[in-house]
Amino acid sequence: MAAPLLLQGGRVVDPSRDLDETADVLIQDGRIAAVGPGLGAPAGATVRDVRGTVVAPGLVDVHVHLREPGNEDEETIATGARAAAAGGFTAVCAMPNTDPVTDNQAAVGFIVRQSLRAGFARVYPIGAISVGQRGQQLAEFGEMVGAGAVAVSDDGKPVVSSHLMRTALEYARTFDIPVADHCEEPSLSAGGVMHEGLVATRLGLKGIPAAAEEIMVARDILLAELTGGRVHLCHLSTRGSVELMRRAKERGLRVTAEVTPHHLSLTETACERYDTHAKMNPPLREAADVAALRQALQDGVIDCVASDHAPHAYDEKEAAFDDAPFGIVGLETAFGVAYTELVQGGALTLPQLILRMSTVPAQVFGLAGGTLRPGAPADVVALDVTAGWSVDAARFHSKSRNTPFAGRSLTGRAALTLVAGKIVHDARAAAEG
Amino acid sequence: MAVAVIELAHGTDDLVLIGIQRRGVELAERIAKLIEQQEGVLVPRGALDITLYRDDLQTVGPKPVIGETRLPGDLTGKHAVIVDDVLYTGRTVRAALDELADFGRPKRISLCVLVDRGGRELPIQADVVGKVVKTGPGDVVEVQVAELDGRDQVDVVRGARQ
Amino acid sequence: MTAALGKDLIGLERLSPDQIRLILDTAEPFKEVSERPIKKVPALRGKTIVNLFFEASTRTRISFEFAEKRLSADTVNVAATGSAVQKGETLVDTAKNLEAMRIDMVVIRHASSGAAQFLGDRIRSNVVNAGDGKHEHPTQALLDLLTIRDKLGRIEGVKVCLVGDILHSRVARSNIWGLTKLGAQVAVCGPHSLMPRGIEELGVTVLRRVEEAIEWADVLNVLRLQLERMEAGFIPSLREYYRVFGVTVERLAKAPRALTVMHPGPMNRGVEIDSRVADGPHSVILDQVTNGVAVRMAVLYLLAGGKPELADAAKGPAAGGTD
Repeated sequence: MAAPLLLQGGRVVDPSRDLDETADVLIQDGRIAAVGPGLGAPAGATVRDVRGTVVAPGLVDVHVHLREPGNEDEETIATGARAAAAGGFTAVCAMPNTDPVTDNQAAVGFIVRQSLRAGFARVYPIGAISVGQRGQQLAEFGEMVGAGAVAVSDDGKPVVSSHLMRTALEYARTFDIPVADHCEEPSLSAGGVMHEGLVATRLGLKGIPAAAEEIMVARDILLAELTGGRVHLCHLSTRGSVELMRRAKERGLRVTAEVTPHHLSLTETACERYDTHAKMNPPLREAADVAALRQALQDGVIDCVASDHAPHAYDEKEAAFDDAPFGIVGLETAFGVAYTELVQGGALTLPQLILRMSTVPAQVFGLAGGTLRPGAPADVVALDVTAGWSVDAARFHSKSRNTPFAGRSLTGRAALTLVAGKIVHDARAAAEG
Repeated sequence: MAVAVIELAHGTDDLVLIGIQRRGVELAERIAKLIEQQEGVLVPRGALDITLYRDDLQTVGPKPVIGETRLPGDLTGKHAVIVDDVLYTGRTVRAALDELADFGRPKRISLCVLVDRGGRELPIQADVVGKVVKTGPGDVVEVQVAELDGRDQVDVVRGARQ
Repeated sequence: MTAALGKDLIGLERLSPDQIRLILDTAEPFKEVSERPIKKVPALRGKTIVNLFFEASTRTRISFEFAEKRLSADTVNVAATGSAVQKGETLVDTAKNLEAMRIDMVVIRHASSGAAQFLGDRIRSNVVNAGDGKHEHPTQALLDLLTIRDKLGRIEGVKVCLVGDILHSRVARSNIWGLTKLGAQVAVCGPHSLMPRGIEELGVTVLRRVEEAIEWADVLNVLRLQLERMEAGFIPSLREYYRVFGVTVERLAKAPRALTVMHPGPMNRGVEIDSRVADGPHSVILDQVTNGVAVRMAVLYLLAGGKPELADAAKGPAAGGTD
């Protein structure tokens, strides 16, 4: 059994208990043993001075693409979990649009095994809603949950059939798992490569109107009401979606939603000069959308921040805008972008950000973590929110480099990440190594 | 100079004056007027812009303002007299000869300049010269004509070029 | 003095009014070159130009090829039509290959918006955009501007209406930039299902009906309607399009003033334009074609020596001398 570890002198922020004070955190046997000021170090304990950092429950990302199996040149479960740890995440949920699709018990089990072998951040599989993500026949939710799936989603593709979405929500009630939907009405978005607006008009690129997302958000909310199921809406991007969510929450429906750091910080203008690193789906929208999304996160209308980490090989983005794939990597910039834009930008307090990046996503997906309550697994992050750093994609632990934030100066990054009490990322050691 | 041109051409038959843009065009007009006063014949005049025939596009970049090229009909069988203000390296005349060749086959081409400042880089000589001025590469010869510059004047500025 | 165009001509959006005027003024003497018995000047002798057409085009390619040959450049035509999936890959590889062959200029036509920019950012050679997706077709707009200037003697204050499929038209975008920069009043007219979002913010008026356009405009620039727009459901039928938006003799008869009709070609007679209009006295369509060669010669000529540092050097002391 590993020696006890005392994290000494940090600013402990635990939104699950409304805690924000200078305190020590004692970790023993992989769990939080105690949190409080001036804790003594038990015999044989390692003491780590974390003064000047924020000690918080490890960040939780409910939406990542780890590409294994199928595209291990872009990312593997091990490199993705390592990148997550470097970003301060102790748990991530892997979307099932792998090759082959994670739509059965064996495929879910493979991801669980690979993640245990890798041993960095915890990786929770999300199973497919439909067999092969083809949008027709329901996948075996029960078997997948038995093997470790924490939710179902056809992400990467929308659930086009309203009937399928309805039955998925109804059927998922048995297992009390959320059904995560990528909201996109495909006949409206077909061929679109960026937000439908003035920039698309100028660049001559086909736009994806906000309505393509909002129609599906509205539909899913109506189906959640009809079925009593738990719907989780992925990466909302428009002010219209925010309004629909606000009304759904007011009516007490079981609807949750996430937003990405890039939709909280960038607009359609990032696509200028055909920068393919700004090509993502849903697309970057307008300043008014960004403002509405920030407000919604502050109000809790949107529940959590998720990265939608989507690695692509270096040469895939080296193409004409129409031909480049959608998506960017986000695990190693998520906290820095969110802290810089939202906390330093005045939209959220630091405890609110931790709430939205750790406590709430863990609750929504029913995961361990998101808390420093004694007895909970010691999934902990010490965040350095003082030093600025510059994003250097070449230094990512992820296998891919496709980020629109390259060269950006950010504040806020993980100094130390622990999963079950074990150090999985140590910026000091990494810097010295 | 007009007299010399007539002598050179043995009269005005078949004579065509071709001015090089820009001041050569004005000089050609003046010579034509003088010939008209003397001989009672208005000889055909043309204008030639040699910009597109220069051999230094790669080194000095494009010259944005290209003047008009306008020739009085086919030059085949004519005696073309090229008129320019200053004869220096000879490259302009070389370009003008190339360009004229694309407009027909004159029976003879002559060269008439107001100032010959020496410094030739090509084996080209003028047939009619208003004035010979000895200059060095650092000097600038500025010709002003009333039609374009408001006055007629030739200045030699010593050491004007670095 | 010298308003250099820079390394590439990607679109008119990024050119200044002075740069656009420079190209138009430079095109004037090139018109005369095409009237000579020997239609050729040695200005680009020794330059190698590749015409890289990823999308079929007869007239634009021929126009560029004439322009290049009349400037004495050596030209190579590459017609590359790749599958949708391989397009991007091909473009990167093509760029690297061209660079390796030390060519001087590339004229590129591509179905993807931004392809010309993409190429220009990656090779040292000059790049001329001959149409990229729905983005820009700068030389077409330049020849349209030259034709308007020839016909009406000015561009400033002229009322020009672009009629047809604005949404998918690179010609429309380049024309809007060029015309507005030179002080024309610009309107667009077409079915709203073929009108891009936020087009008014580019400084144009949207006219609902073609009758309004004819009443308002000095110049109508009638855009080609692609057949696939009907198949994609943007309009119900070509027949109805002609009934509602076709530029016909009967409609033109109601014009309150002399109206000039332009078309970038190739025309769909009886779809967007009545044959009697295309061949009639309002039409300057063939003048556009003639001007196309002159404008392209001007662009190639200005870009050829157009390394900015050289253009700057030309402004220096040497420019004061004669000979």
